[in-house]
Amino acid sequence: MALHIDTEISLLPSGHLSPREGDLFNIDAALTEEERAIRDSVRRFVDERILPIIGDCYVQGRFPKELIPEMAELGMFGANLPEEYGCAGLSSVAYGLIMQELERGDSGIRSFASVQGALVMYPIFAFGSEAQKREYLPKMAKGEVIGCFGLTEPDAGSNPGAMTTRARQQVDGSWIINGAKMWITNGSQAHVSIIWAKTVDGDESGKSVRGFIVPTNTPGFTAKDQKGKLSLRASDTSELVLVDVHVPADAMLPEVQGLRGPLSCLTQARYGISWGAMGAAMACYEEALSYSKTRMMFDKPIGAFQIQQVRLADMITEIIKGQLLSLHLGRMKDLGTFNSNQVSVAKRNNVNVATDIAREARRLLGGNGILAEYHSMRHMANLESVYTYEGTHDVHSLIIGSAITGLQAFK
Amino acid sequence: MKIAVCIKRVADMGARFQIGADGASVSDAGIKYDMSDFDEWAVEAALQLNEKHGGGEVTVISLGPDSAQETLRKALAMGADKAVHLKADRIPFDGFAIAEALAAELKDGGFDLVLFGRIAVDSAAGVTGAMVAELLDMPCVTAVSKLEVSGTTGTAERQVEGGVETLSFPLPALCTIDQGLVTQARYPSLKGIMAAKKKPMESKPAQLGAISVNVSKMELPPERSAGRIVGEGAAAVPELIRLLQTEAKVL
Ligand SMILES: Cc1cc2nc3c(=O)[nH]c(=O)nc-3n(C[C@H](O)[C@H](O)[C@H](O)COP(=O)(O)OP(=O)(O)OC[C@H]3O[C@@H](n4cnc5c(N)ncnc54)[C@H](O)[C@@H]3O)c2cc1C
Repeated sequence: MALHIDTEISLLPSGHLSPREGDLFNIDAALTEEERAIRDSVRRFVDERILPIIGDCYVQGRFPKELIPEMAELGMFGANLPEEYGCAGLSSVAYGLIMQELERGDSGIRSFASVQGALVMYPIFAFGSEAQKREYLPKMAKGEVIGCFGLTEPDAGSNPGAMTTRARQQVDGSWIINGAKMWITNGSQAHVSIIWAKTVDGDESGKSVRGFIVPTNTPGFTAKDQKGKLSLRASDTSELVLVDVHVPADAMLPEVQGLRGPLSCLTQARYGISWGAMGAAMACYEEALSYSKTRMMFDKPIGAFQIQQVRLADMITEIIKGQLLSLHLGRMKDLGTFNSNQVSVAKRNNVNVATDIAREARRLLGGNGILAEYHSMRHMANLESVYTYEGTHDVHSLIIGSAITGLQAFK
Repeated sequence: MKIAVCIKRVADMGARFQIGADGASVSDAGIKYDMSDFDEWAVEAALQLNEKHGGGEVTVISLGPDSAQETLRKALAMGADKAVHLKADRIPFDGFAIAEALAAELKDGGFDLVLFGRIAVDSAAGVTGAMVAELLDMPCVTAVSKLEVSGTTGTAERQVEGGVETLSFPLPALCTIDQGLVTQARYPSLKGIMAAKKKPMESKPAQLGAISVNVSKMELPPERSAGRIVGEGAAAVPELIRLLQTEAKVL
């Protein structure tokens, strides 16, 4: 009996809660009080600070960097990393909820936090020397140092092993890096970049890849924003060019070699994205739901027509499924038992259903649905980036396919 | 300064309310609860005062069922130092019964300042703070929109019809905080939320006074009836005026 009760408590730490309005499946019951408090605090920040300005930022193609200090103050950067490095030391589920709420605002804002936390702070934490951790993590948690993650290249996207960026070690142990990176989130804003580069000639597969912490003011380093984006417009995406960029020996992340380095960062970020996509989907669903109750056509609210109810029922059902997927994944991550195949399932599914939900919400809104004043079309366009980055949907299909069949279909 | 802030857990006012089975309460189902807004500003005011003067201690006190502890933890997450939960099965409507329990707790606390929200957004009675001041024999200023302390003297501003009134009073004193004293209550930071778990929280039975006022019935406002279109353009104006005079009786 006691055992039974213990299990119950750990599965539903807030089991006493009755389902709140808007929480059809009572997912709140599966969150602890702290997790709910964290979610609510970030939600309020997003409602008050991001939602009022994000439509304009998007149209102007501007990342609202004035929000960085406040996001840092709240503790959103690298929130799941330990307190001894100035981070909040939160559980993976709490971290996921932060991503969900930020992306309820905008995928670009969540991308900023993902890159800062999962793609720059995480590799420094996981693969850096103690000196690197002490040097960078506290300042990055405070938002004083902004980071970017340079893996993708013009000719190496889904296949990062094909990268051509090359770091050559000098006799004194220092490194000279040459190459070009593309599609780099925060690139032009960043003070520091993590550059992944091959360290030996003739390495076809990427086993010599090493990560380098490269300050963006190092001579030979240039970043230029990519123009003409129709998606993720409230986020800076840049091209990086490195010409004879000279960094000291201790710029290298010592504890990892090969593609495992960048890929394990991506596993962290993708986990957060699986939550984030549900945030974007929730924003669209909530907008569509509220619109459906007030928009009158043929003498009744459009929400009273069966077609729109099917639409809304499909949306909320997929959101519930996606959230439970991420929640289960998060609990396993905290136990230390999760793996990257599971992350692929969650990233692939949740982003995919979110793109559908955003499109359906946009359609439900009729003509208003194409305006920046409403949120759905912005999310719809944003989610196309999310669908493509951090492993395209197709690439995750191949990862899952390989995991279940034992047969590789990448090449 | 030693500051106490009395806070109340209330239903989120944005919710769709239903009347409970007893016909005299709000049903819990589907309702989200949070700290009353004015109380949140009072907590913020206390934190700002101590930050400005350096040091001090903020104690938050809430009367109610166990769920009140969640609201107290929110105040701790914002930065309060310790919490006292005065346990009661439910929060009675009778402000005096509550005031007696709060006064009993505050009496020997040695507080320089006791803060309340001007009203609780659910009951909107606005009496508890003043009653506690009376029971504690403290000077009381209600609806404070600006608060300064220098030595043992407090200065408060109140927004009155068409102007501002400045009052001064000796400490210890009790103030109820109005909208406008702080621009915004701080967000509980993520670290603050985690740290709140480790801060002291004392729970003890509330020494409620005798309850003499009870809610006997609650009703939802009647559904608004549909609007009526009396005509179009300038031609409709005479009829509209006639109806506003004879039917709506607003002109
Ligand atoms: C807004 C944005 C921000 C980004 N931010 C970053 C960042 O911060 N850092 C970073 O390093 N990168 C970043 N990226 C890059 C992103 O990760 C890549 O775009 C992604 O990996 C896909 O690479 P690609 O664009 O070269 O497409 P390709 O790899 O050329 O893919 C083109 C198409 O082919 C498909 N495909 C590829 N290989 C296979 C295969 N084996 N079988 C079947 N189909 C296949 C893909 O699914 C896709 O549909 C960002 C991208 C975007 C759009």
